Amino acid sequence: MEVAQETLTTPATTTAVEVSGSVALLEALIVEGVDTIFGYPGGAIMPIYDALFDYNDKLNHILVRHEQGGIHAGQGYARTSGKVGVVFATSGPGATNLVTGLADAQIDSTPLVCITGQVFAHLLGTDAFQETDVINITTPVTKWNYQVTDANEIPEVIAKAFYIAKSGRPGPVLIDITKNAQIQKFNFQGYTPCNHIRSYRPKPIVRTQYIQEAAELINQAKKPFIIWGQGVILGSAEQEFKTFIEKSGIPAAWTVLGAGAIPTDHPQNVGMLGMHGNYGPNVLTNECDVLIAIGMRFDDRVTGRLDKYAKQAKVIHLDIDPAEIDKNVKSTVPVWGDCKETLPLLTKAIEQKQHTEWINKFHDYTQQEVEAVIHQELNPTTPEMTMGEVIKQLNEITKGEAIIVTDVGQHQMVACRYAKFNNTRSNVTSGGLGTMGFALPAAIGAKFGAQDRTVVAIIGDGGFQMTLQELGTIMQSGIDVKIIILNNRFLGMVRQWQELFNERRYSFVDIQSPDFVALAAAYRIPGKRIEDRTDLPAALNEMLSNKGSFLLEVMVTKENNVFPMVPQGCSVSEIRLK
Amino acid sequence: MSNQDTEKQEFNITVYTENQIGLLNRIAIIFTRRKINIESLNTSPSEIERIHRFNIVITESEDVVRKLTRQIEKQVEVLKVYYHTNEDVIWQELALYKVSTDVIAEKVSVERLLRENGARVVVLRKDYTVFETTGHREETDNLINILQPYGLIEFVRSARVAIIKDSDGFNRKLREFERLEPGEDVIENEYLNQGQKVFTM
Repeated sequence: MEVAQETLTTPATTTAVEVSGSVALLEALIVEGVDTIFGYPGGAIMPIYDALFDYNDKLNHILVRHEQGGIHAGQGYARTSGKVGVVFATSGPGATNLVTGLADAQIDSTPLVCITGQVFAHLLGTDAFQETDVINITTPVTKWNYQVTDANEIPEVIAKAFYIAKSGRPGPVLIDITKNAQIQKFNFQGYTPCNHIRSYRPKPIVRTQYIQEAAELINQAKKPFIIWGQGVILGSAEQEFKTFIEKSGIPAAWTVLGAGAIPTDHPQNVGMLGMHGNYGPNVLTNECDVLIAIGMRFDDRVTGRLDKYAKQAKVIHLDIDPAEIDKNVKSTVPVWGDCKETLPLLTKAIEQKQHTEWINKFHDYTQQEVEAVIHQELNPTTPEMTMGEVIKQLNEITKGEAIIVTDVGQHQMVACRYAKFNNTRSNVTSGGLGTMGFALPAAIGAKFGAQDRTVVAIIGDGGFQMTLQELGTIMQSGIDVKIIILNNRFLGMVRQWQELFNERRYSFVDIQSPDFVALAAAYRIPGKRIEDRTDLPAALNEMLSNKGSFLLEVMVTKENNVFPMVPQGCSVSEIRLK
Repeated sequence: MSNQDTEKQEFNITVYTENQIGLLNRIAIIFTRRKINIESLNTSPSEIERIHRFNIVITESEDVVRKLTRQIEKQVEVLKVYYHTNEDVIWQELALYKVSTDVIAEKVSVERLLRENGARVVVLRKDYTVFETTGHREETDNLINILQPYGLIEFVRSARVAIIKDSDGFNRKLREFERLEPGEDVIENEYLNQGQKVFTM
């Protein structure tokens, strides 16, 4: 084995070596630049884990506590590193535990390659022990999936998997490998990454005609408005985007997943879109004359009521995925293509302008929002702390340099609204699927994806209890993740809706929690619980300066609501401040 | 949105794909996820090796069909997708009818029956006879009605196959998919191109 290994990890030019399917898989991962794998072993994936035993120096495997934790960690890794996250799981329950993460990665366009073990090929369809039809279960929630039953297929299939996961609009890929294929020895010719699949067009060709049409609309516009999403980050087009907005002088607002593509304090950044976004961007969406959507998909949480969304505006939609064009909002000019290519072309074709008066209109709305909502949220006079003031304090200490990982619910919206981001790939959250339990495992992956950066997971008391077993992963692998639990002793977002729309009928939102600090201590993670705002700066400093992980539980107001809010079924311009 | 866009009618969706296990499911769930019934589905190898052609018939509005075709085309192993109304295609379904030879020989003017229904005899045995006819749904239904009184033993009808009227140069363009860098006109998405002719592969 030792001898064989030294000759491997090389491109396809080497002469064939007889290896098992498992070794071929690991060799492929190394050529693809994989450094970290999140996984959990089991019967049907044992041959791969056996091979992995000899690859410990080249591939860092993190043993998670649950496969869902593994895949969320893979997502966190992909989101902060820009690389493909790799996840291992066994057949049956191991594979089905991946489904939530796959759905999450699919809707949030996160590149993943998940490898699942499968029963021996001759047992397929016999209801064998831990056999489940993984391919059919995961088809709706993967960009691509494939079942390998013969080791000879492994190099080509893994190459396709990585190519598909990361190219075009990224997404999760699942490869199910039967146990016999993992064991089977075959003539391994080396590994060549894939760069072409004839039926797959990851990038539509850029049409100069549409660039020209878009530029004309932009040049003539009196009140143009840019809304951007994660596409800018996924396309590594942050710089191109910044140049574009600066030349155009157009105000720009972001979706939750687009946060951080340009720094929060950029003068043209006018705030967050959507249900709990900022006042100005929502109201003025229905006043702009040209709406320029870049790498975003007009999610219903962004658009509110669709038939009253930006009806007055001409819409320019830049997207790499042709299926997104006209899906929810009809575009006047569809600029499809990779925004790293289309944005510079558009920048070149537009006139240098300033829209001072129009941007000031956004600032007027900001002022109203500050007075009605933000000031009270960030500087409360109530005895109990608000979520917003915790984020504000955190900003003051981290200065916007930290990676913020959030779970789902009120704390997520508050964190997205108030957290300061100086850098791209700093906001990791479950946007599309809204997966409670995402943050703790995603923070683990986020740390591996950006090892020199501070990772702060902000989690509610409800969501934390969904995947808290990953404290074990943090303990065992010594992962430096700072955990803030914003505890309002409620499932806060559902409670907020019940208060506003169900006459305060608080149906099963009153959730009890264990002693989180004691729980962390059981995992040998230091922690602290605070209830008094005078303790907040010191506690945050203690958490951030602690070597290694730390859990800080902050008790916050029980019945605070997140505002502004676009109630479901309402137009963005009907956004409520209270 | 125009009326034509929102009014439901029959659409023929033509899908060119790789021959891949699981792809049928991947395409089918695009419809089932949206609770859309597939009324007819035919899948068969195309004239080009390793490329399969699906013919799918659904009743929906053009707006919905356009979005569906984009979702189908997005699948990794799908080469191209087109949709057409019934007016844009020439379509046929094939039907087989099994009847007792005794009854049919005794009571029916077989020659007239064949002539009037464009049918032909596929198998003629002592115990049974199998007729075949092709045509639109009404035409194949019609022969059922005629044969029913004479003890129709078994009947089967195929899915619809449809040829697109305006498909000039299609075969050549399909072949070009083999190239690593196909020409721009081959890989463009005609629905986004907003061109006059739908069929610009």
